[in-house]
Amino acid sequence: MTVPFYVSPEQVAKDKADYARKGIAKGRSVIVMQYQDGIAFVAENPSKTLHKISEIYDRIAFAAVGKYNEFENLRVAGIRFADMRGFAYDRSDVNARSLANAYAQTLGSIFTEITKPYEVGVAVAQVGDTPSQDEIYRLTFDGSIADESDFLVMGGQSERLTSLLHDEWSQGLEISAALGLAARVLAEGSAEEREALTSDDLEVAVLDRNRAGRKFKRINPAALGELLRSPVS
Amino acid sequence: MAGDRRATLGNVVAQRDIEKVMPADEHSVVGIAGSAGTAMALVKLFQVELEHYEKIEGEELSVDGKANRLSVLLRGNLDMALMGLAVVPLFGAWDPIKKTGRVFSYDVTGGRYEEHDHYAVGSGSLFARGSLKKLYQPNMPAASAYRICLEALYDAADDDSATGGPDLTRKIYPVVADVTQEGYRRVDDTELSAVVEAVLSKRMLRPDGPAADIS
Repeated sequence: MTVPFYVSPEQVAKDKADYARKGIAKGRSVIVMQYQDGIAFVAENPSKTLHKISEIYDRIAFAAVGKYNEFENLRVAGIRFADMRGFAYDRSDVNARSLANAYAQTLGSIFTEITKPYEVGVAVAQVGDTPSQDEIYRLTFDGSIADESDFLVMGGQSERLTSLLHDEWSQGLEISAALGLAARVLAEGSAEEREALTSDDLEVAVLDRNRAGRKFKRINPAALGELLRSPVS
Repeated sequence: MAGDRRATLGNVVAQRDIEKVMPADEHSVVGIAGSAGTAMALVKLFQVELEHYEKIEGEELSVDGKANRLSVLLRGNLDMALMGLAVVPLFGAWDPIKKTGRVFSYDVTGGRYEEHDHYAVGSGSLFARGSLKKLYQPNMPAASAYRICLEALYDAADDDSATGGPDLTRKIYPVVADVTQEGYRRVDDTELSAVVEAVLSKRMLRPDGPAADIS
C-alpha cells in the first residue's frame, strides 16, 4: 500500500490561489465605476460577440475577467437565478446582494472541492434611485465577497490601475468624462503603448438609473466613439 | 393592438378595468381572450422566457421564434382548455428583418396562423373583424389605426355583451398599444380620450359608425 504524501490544507489553498491569481493577471482588465446617472462597465475586449459584461435583471448587471468558459457559466446561472426569483416572487424581490451571495457560495465550493479553481473575477452591481443606493460587489475565485464603493478594477494589472483610478475618479462624473477616464486607465494596463483605448477595443455598458424598466444598456461602438470624442468639461 | 377592459364571470361584470393587451418584450405585444387567470399566467411565463433568452443569447428571438414559443406554451394548456379554461392569445410583433409588423393568431391546441393586415380574438371578435374589414386600409398612419381599432371595439361592444365599451364616466378607455422599430408604446389616456371622443361624437349622428363607400 502506498501512503500519499501529506500536504497541509494551507499549502493546498495557497497553491490553488496562486494558480488562479496568475491566470487572472494574464488577462485584460475590467472597470466598474459609478458616474452621475448610474454605474458604468468598461472592459478592454476586442471581441464584439464574446461579452465580458452582461445584463442580469432590471437593475443588476455583471462583469467578469478570467477564463471565458468559466465566467460564462456563472453569468448564465446568475440570469437563471434572477429570472426564477422574479417569476416566483416579484421583480422588486430580485437584488444584487442575494445574487452575489449565490456566486460566493458557488465559487467557494468550487475552490475547496475541485482540484482546479475557477480563474475568474466577477463584479455584480445594482443601480439604485440615488447614487448612495448603488451597490457594487466584487467576487474573487475563492468565494470571497467584498462590498465596494465608487469603483473597482479586476483582472490584468488591477492593483496599479486601481491606484491610477483612485487619483482621478470623483463623484458625479458625466458619462463622457467617466468613459474617457476608464479608456485612459485601461490603456495603462494594455499590452500596446497608447494614451487611451478606442471604441474598437472596448466593451461598454451602463446601468442608467434614469431609464424606465430595464436599466441596462449597451453602448455600441459608434455611440461610444462619439462619447469618447466629446470634450470633457 | 387594442383591447377592451371588461372581464366577465357568467352574466356578471367581474372587472371593468382589466388590461388584456400587454408587451411581450420590447418589440412585441400580446393580447388575450378566454380564461383570465390562465391567460395572465401564460403571458407572464411568455414574457420571462423572451427576456431570459434575450439576456442569455445577447439578442432577441426572431419573430417566428417568439410566435412559435407562444404556441408551445399554449399547447401545454390543452388539458385545461378541454376542461373549459381555454386561452386564445393574439400576438403582434415588429419584424426587424422583414421591416414590417406581423400578426399571429392561435387556437387552443397551439395552432399558429399568421394573419394578414388585421385580426381579432375573443367573444366580440366576429363583430370587430367585420368592422375592421370595412375600415382597414393598407399603410394607414398610426392615428388612423388607433381610430379604427376603437371603432371596431365599439362595434364589438355594441353587439356582444361580454365586450365593454369606453367608460366615459369612470374615464376607463380601451388599452391601445403599438410596436415599431422604436419599441413598445402604450397610447396614453390623454391622447386616447381625444380619439374616443371623436368616435363617440360621430356615433351620435350615425350610431352604426362610418358608412362604407359603395358608389
